[in-house]
Amino acid sequence: MDLYEHQARELFADHGIAVPEAEVVELAREARFAADRLGGRVVVKAQVKTGGRGKAGGVKLAIDPAAAELTARQILGMDIKGHTVRKVMLAQPVEIEAEFYVSYVLDRAAGTFLAIASAEGGMEIEEIAASRPEAVARVAVDPAEGVTEAKAAEIAKAAQLPPETVPVLQALWQVVVREDALLVEVNPLVRTEEGLILALDGKITLDDNARFRQARWGDRVSEEHGDPLEAAAAAKGLNYVKLDGEVGIIGNGAGLVMSTLDVVAGCGARPANFLDIGGGASAQVMADGLAVILSDPAVKSVFVNVFGGITACDAVAEGIVQALESVRLTKPLVVRLDGNNAARGRAILADRAHPLVEQATTMDGAARQAAVLANVG
Amino acid sequence: MAIFLTKESKVLVQGMTGAEGMKHTRRMLAAGTGIVGGVNPRKAGRTVDFDVPHGPEGRGGAPGAVRVFGSVSEGMAATGADVTVVFVPPPFAKAAVIEAADAGIGLAVVITEGIPVHDAVAFQAYARERGTRIVGPNCPGLISPGQSNAGIIPADIAAKPGRIGLVSKSGTLTYQLMYELRETGFSSAVGIGGDPVVGTTHIDCLAAFENDPETELIVLIGEIGGDAEERAAAYIAERVTKPVIGYIAGFTAPEGKTMGHAGAIVSGSSGTAEAKKKALEAVGVRVGSTPSETARLVLDRLAASRDVTHN
Repeated sequence: MDLYEHQARELFADHGIAVPEAEVVELAREARFAADRLGGRVVVKAQVKTGGRGKAGGVKLAIDPAAAELTARQILGMDIKGHTVRKVMLAQPVEIEAEFYVSYVLDRAAGTFLAIASAEGGMEIEEIAASRPEAVARVAVDPAEGVTEAKAAEIAKAAQLPPETVPVLQALWQVVVREDALLVEVNPLVRTEEGLILALDGKITLDDNARFRQARWGDRVSEEHGDPLEAAAAAKGLNYVKLDGEVGIIGNGAGLVMSTLDVVAGCGARPANFLDIGGGASAQVMADGLAVILSDPAVKSVFVNVFGGITACDAVAEGIVQALESVRLTKPLVVRLDGNNAARGRAILADRAHPLVEQATTMDGAARQAAVLANVG
Repeated sequence: MAIFLTKESKVLVQGMTGAEGMKHTRRMLAAGTGIVGGVNPRKAGRTVDFDVPHGPEGRGGAPGAVRVFGSVSEGMAATGADVTVVFVPPPFAKAAVIEAADAGIGLAVVITEGIPVHDAVAFQAYARERGTRIVGPNCPGLISPGQSNAGIIPADIAAKPGRIGLVSKSGTLTYQLMYELRETGFSSAVGIGGDPVVGTTHIDCLAAFENDPETELIVLIGEIGGDAEERAAAYIAERVTKPVIGYIAGFTAPEGKTMGHAGAIVSGSSGTAEAKKKALEAVGVRVGSTPSETARLVLDRLAASRDVTHN
């Protein structure tokens, strides 16, 4: 789960890292009062989980509270790379003397964390790495030792950061460890004209798997699902991602479902979603999944693709039949069942004999049929 | 032969007495796996009867009866176990794997889904230092058909031993390919798992299959996220002489969205299916556009090498 900038700022502050004074508002008129409390002159920043806000016009300086309200009005509701701005953060401007880049990222290949740092912050790290690779330092962090003072000093030295960044590097590592983060990035980390080290902007990705031991996440998670279908699916515990095509897709196992999307796309149709009912799914899960997909107005046909490993195909078929009781099927359904109890599953569907449900024997054939039905419908 | 797991393997199950552990221990026993014990400190000394026709051999007890030990080291001392399969729930999985590594077991197959990445990073590093190979986490395990099954891969999909080696991040794609190629058969199939940090990589499996005389051809299944497939491609170019057929899932996945597996995410321009496919094709690996086409490529390649041999 990616955090918004204002959430990252709070976590930095919780761990003793200096951040600019700031407030978050959802309404433009609140921006005026917030700006007033912050001293009048503020930077208004769109809160969206994507890069390139500045270029898109989502970050602007306002010289007084009235200007802050006006600017907030412009930015709220703005679309930045498909993300609608619902909140803006107003922050006190900072007189910057120097900008740095620091991050801790998961190095998947090495199976450990990597510190990446540069004395040339302010732009995207990919740009720095492309233009001046020698200005980017990469230092592996031993998971058992973590970032000790000596390790922080090593990182600072490698990146030619000033020594006063050492405690900040240590504190940022505490964010990684204590908050179960997979990415902690501060860009820029700045030295102000008063000599203060300040985290001006940051990005944090938390590990969804650690939710069970991170009680404080509740309120952040509730902000997560912008899409109503994704929210409905999440409420039922389904693994669903909304896409912008017309063939609804349900399958079991992340790999097979991703593959199903690809095969449908290869047949000239666009998948409407990703939905993985997981291993050993019950009839109820299947019925819930089908209900979510059928409620998507963009869906013109549905492809149910199940290879029964642990999942039993008869349970999947029961789930489809169960869903047909509660949801009025208005879109054609193509079902491919293979593997565990496939014969029984196929027989259940054949007995139900719904005019809009048809069965296919292969994944490729079923995808072609679902694509044809979507393009006709 | 096979890789990592053979009929000689003596297998412990950590978390055997939980619901998933019970279900899959029964399946593993039915597949002929040499299950020699379960581990649960709270149920040590008890015996669980799995009521399967052929149980563990050479231990006296009733067929299908499996002893529960208080710890991995106790189980190893009593049985000579060299493999453990871990079904322990996420909050306790790290301690379970560290216990297995401390006991000095050779192979730990971690099935558990949803282990925090920091825990996985910690136990992978710990196990590496102690010489314990980890498969997983969040994986279906591995199977050497006709010999042994450590994990949750349904053994009846492709019961026949054969000469294809398979390595995959995905469980269901493993099953799909095994099903399509069931008449040809597999030496071993390894589900390495879909988490960002896994113990055994595509490269580890490529190396083992290359050295396994029973494996004639290798199927490599990948998916979006990270650069494991690109690294595997570089390894193939340098070290693999056997034919490799590839399949990659996730061409239609949008940037920045996690697709089911915790590790399946395209970040910016990195981790795309297109880049992985290109990397594999650049080193001569044919990549199928669907699982079925991938299976056909495998059969064609095997037929072609037979023709060469016979002429």
